[in-house]
Amino acid sequence: MSYKNNISFIVPKRKFFKLNLIELWLYKDLLFLFVKRDFISVYKQTILGPMWFFIQPVFTTIIFTVIFGKFAGLSTEGTPQILFYLSGITCWNYFAECLTKTSTTFVDNQNIFGKVYFPRLISPLSIVLSNLLKFGVQFSLFLMVYFYYLFKEDTVLNPNLLIFMFPFLIILMGLLGLGLGMIISSLTTKYRDLRFLIQFGIQLWMYVTPIIYPLSSLNGKLKTVAILNPMTSIIETFKYSFVGNGSFSWAYLTYTSVITIFILFAGILIFNKTEQNFMDSI
Amino acid sequence: MDITRINIENLSKQYRIGEIGTGTLSHDINRWWYKLRGKDDPYKMIGSKNDRTANIDTNYVWALKNINFNVKDGEVIGIIGKNGAGKSTLLKILSKVTGPSNGKITVNGRIAALLEVGTGMHPELTGKENIYLNGALLGMTKKEVSSKFDEIVDFAGISLYIDTPFKRYSSGMRVRLGFAVAAFLEPEILIVDEVLAVGDAEFQKKAIGKMKEVSAERGRTVLFVSHNMNSINSLCNRCIYLKDGEIYAIGETNYIINKYLSDDSNGRFKISFKENQPGDEIAILENARLINSKKQTIEYSNITDKIGVEFTYEILKNGYFPIPNIRMHTSKGEWVFTSAEQQEENNCKIGKYTIVFWIPENFLNVENYLITIGLSTMSPLIIHFIVKDVLAINTIENINDRNEGHNQKIAGIIRPKLNIENKKH
Repeated sequence: MSYKNNISFIVPKRKFFKLNLIELWLYKDLLFLFVKRDFISVYKQTILGPMWFFIQPVFTTIIFTVIFGKFAGLSTEGTPQILFYLSGITCWNYFAECLTKTSTTFVDNQNIFGKVYFPRLISPLSIVLSNLLKFGVQFSLFLMVYFYYLFKEDTVLNPNLLIFMFPFLIILMGLLGLGLGMIISSLTTKYRDLRFLIQFGIQLWMYVTPIIYPLSSLNGKLKTVAILNPMTSIIETFKYSFVGNGSFSWAYLTYTSVITIFILFAGILIFNKTEQNFMDSI
Repeated sequence: MDITRINIENLSKQYRIGEIGTGTLSHDINRWWYKLRGKDDPYKMIGSKNDRTANIDTNYVWALKNINFNVKDGEVIGIIGKNGAGKSTLLKILSKVTGPSNGKITVNGRIAALLEVGTGMHPELTGKENIYLNGALLGMTKKEVSSKFDEIVDFAGISLYIDTPFKRYSSGMRVRLGFAVAAFLEPEILIVDEVLAVGDAEFQKKAIGKMKEVSAERGRTVLFVSHNMNSINSLCNRCIYLKDGEIYAIGETNYIINKYLSDDSNGRFKISFKENQPGDEIAILENARLINSKKQTIEYSNITDKIGVEFTYEILKNGYFPIPNIRMHTSKGEWVFTSAEQQEENNCKIGKYTIVFWIPENFLNVENYLITIGLSTMSPLIIHFIVKDVLAINTIENINDRNEGHNQKIAGIIRPKLNIENKKH
């Protein structure tokens, strides 16, 4: 038998910022199994299976087109309405799912967390990854619609080089959702109120993000507020890069990146502080 | 090689009662507001008195206090104690599910904890998918699970249902599968909470056997919590007896188990009546106790020793023929026997008598027995006194004394050693 010197300590207070990447790596299989579980279990015993991932954005797009496009007559800056709403919804859904699901990490997993140890960060990470898969499916729907309009004669779409920023935008959204979600999940261990707050908070947030209207339709104070919202520049850049309509600014995007990194670090910090003893207060 | 696998120094775990758990924001603001005005916490729980409040401040409870011990490589340690003694808290801290309040634990090697069978198994996934998921949760890599997959399925006995969703499993199958995955873990240190109590008798036997194999043949270090003294006895070399969050006793398994059982409030081994003596105007009971062959009072007994039920009664009137009798029940209420003996005429006159009923050695089983003492005259029947369950005794057994090789409790309310004749033809 080999006696490796594999000594570890269990002590009351941890280091202020402890991110044990080696341990995280050792549990990578668990991460992928969680992703697989989340992805598979959703459509087990359904007839349409993964098709359900399409249905939700399709219907939301139809509703938005009818209500905001036809009745309210909001501007889409010349972009076909269906494409305009679908692009916003696809991106927003990814962010919103990452945020809401990670924000209940501790509450949802208390049965597992209370019985077995593994790096708790695996849980929110797996949520972000399984939602990325879901996003991939929904994005393919967007691409189909996009190509339809691209080759349709009477619409003009102007994709540009910023399209290559797309993976960066996705990562940014994922990390922003993860960071915020971790902060909220840590606070929910004590204050369950936040769970209700997040439910309608995320809906309100959608309306202050340019999903159903373009940023250019705002001006004055409203515009300043919209720009302070880190999601604004992500959505606008996404639309601009694929369609050519929208407001893009490096400054806004840099601002969002800085905010995201800040929130992510704060999230990891609070999450780490919570994970050791949260079982006592949940 | 003498390697210390776990070293626990001054480990304490404090729980705040009342303050956390009511935990909504409004309460906390209210609390903060009271604190600001120098008032008491308005949500301080009423009746927070607790056996474990060694601390003066009643707002705090010590679930564990100043725990110190070492576990050497290959040792199998049993942890016993009543509910609330801190056993599970200790295991939770060791398995890093929750953190300690004070102290330090040094761990040498990989720890795998089995606090519950089948943690994280998902009802929609198949048995196969769940084996991988559960294995990964317990710290195994996909490769490790794959290499043991067939053994796990075989041990659980579910090969037919391997592609069936977990939710369609019977509860027994779920438990078996959960334990099977954990049984094939290969950590240096294995922590097992009372999980073997689940499943049917056959599976329990299999599980205990597996635990033995893990500890004895593969030299793993095991920490094992159980209320089943027989499994503790058959598995552990050393035992820790926790009481109110502190180590009450630590040492060789048999010694600790005896201590634990004799401490059990179920053991009523001596009683004397000063006032309200049971009885009538003819005879009264003075005292009763349990003794061993040397006439010493005993708190528990080994089943290989004889037990005396001794009691003293006083006859106050002549002309009656009181017959002393005892009855024995198990704590579950099964009637074991009744014993009564007609006394000589000389022993029925006014005076005090002390009588002993000897229960032979190698007769009782491992059990908690209750003894009823009575005195009555026959024809016409007069019951002078009958005191139900006045004495109680725990019987234990040193498993190493057995020669038939069976290592679990043998069924039956008694276990007499019979004379067995066996002739070859």
